Amino acid sequence: MHLSPDELVYWRYGFVALNSTIVTTWALMLVMTIGAMLITRNLAAEGPISRWQGFLEIVVTTIQKQIEEVGLHEPKKYVGYIGTLFLFIAVSNICSIVPGYEAPTGSLSTTSALAISVFVAVPFFGIEKQGLARYLRSYLKPTFVMLPFNIISEISRTFALAIRLFGNIMSGTMIVGILLTITPFIFPIFMDLLGLLTGMVQAYIFSILATVYIAAATRTREA
Amino acid sequence: MDSTTLIAVVSIITAGVTIGLGSIAPALGEGRAVSTALTSLAQQPDAASTITRTLFVGLAMIESIAIYCLVISMILIFANPFWNHFIAQTTGG
Repeated sequence: MHLSPDELVYWRYGFVALNSTIVTTWALMLVMTIGAMLITRNLAAEGPISRWQGFLEIVVTTIQKQIEEVGLHEPKKYVGYIGTLFLFIAVSNICSIVPGYEAPTGSLSTTSALAISVFVAVPFFGIEKQGLARYLRSYLKPTFVMLPFNIISEISRTFALAIRLFGNIMSGTMIVGILLTITPFIFPIFMDLLGLLTGMVQAYIFSILATVYIAAATRTREA
Repeated sequence: MDSTTLIAVVSIITAGVTIGLGSIAPALGEGRAVSTALTSLAQQPDAASTITRTLFVGLAMIESIAIYCLVISMILIFANPFWNHFIAQTTGG
């Protein structure tokens, strides 16, 4: 049974293989980048703005407001990274409506890559905000006995991020596939709709959790 | 019962039991979370957006426990490494 888009290989040379995950990711990157470049070509500060620019402004300001509300101050520094996470996962999940499309987030490699990028980004932003010594000291924070538990919690929440996104998307597509062999008429459509909804919720959850982790790492304790 | 049959039987039973037992506790937890959220929404309607956002984040964290069980049982049914190893041995040897 077709478990993930990693199995469909388009081109192979030695050990380098271009599978469906990579090709779909590239196609999504192309579409989003070219779309954004076309929309932001003539930005208007006042006067009548085009609808697409208004749409992009809504997206960016909403993400910025959400980051601020979760407790991460100076949202403008982080809206690039967190907005990218949210938009990539959201677009790749909502494009499941296109027939014949397999979401790249349904492959454990994509979700692990995103989770590892969060794992790297949290200390990066923490050190940038607090300096290396204070950030490392925050691992000893309640008492120094908590040091191994803090490290374990860092690693396990990276796993949790990857598995949560992968499990939700992969099980959504697999349920639709199984239902198509059992009750082929109306029920798979409902499961497809549910899959779209969970795709958007998971995109939101992934970016909000990344925001919460970065907020915890950059929280400066006033002495 | 030879080892291949044993592996198949144990994998199938474990897959069913994993997802069955593993979704009881998250479902109960999510029910309590939503009911408490509804109570606090009724008490403080102006904090609705904060409560709703925190509710969704909490629900996703609780849901991930059930997702872990689902991934294990999917692996046992569809990508079972022990089964694949034994099948490769019997067809190869």
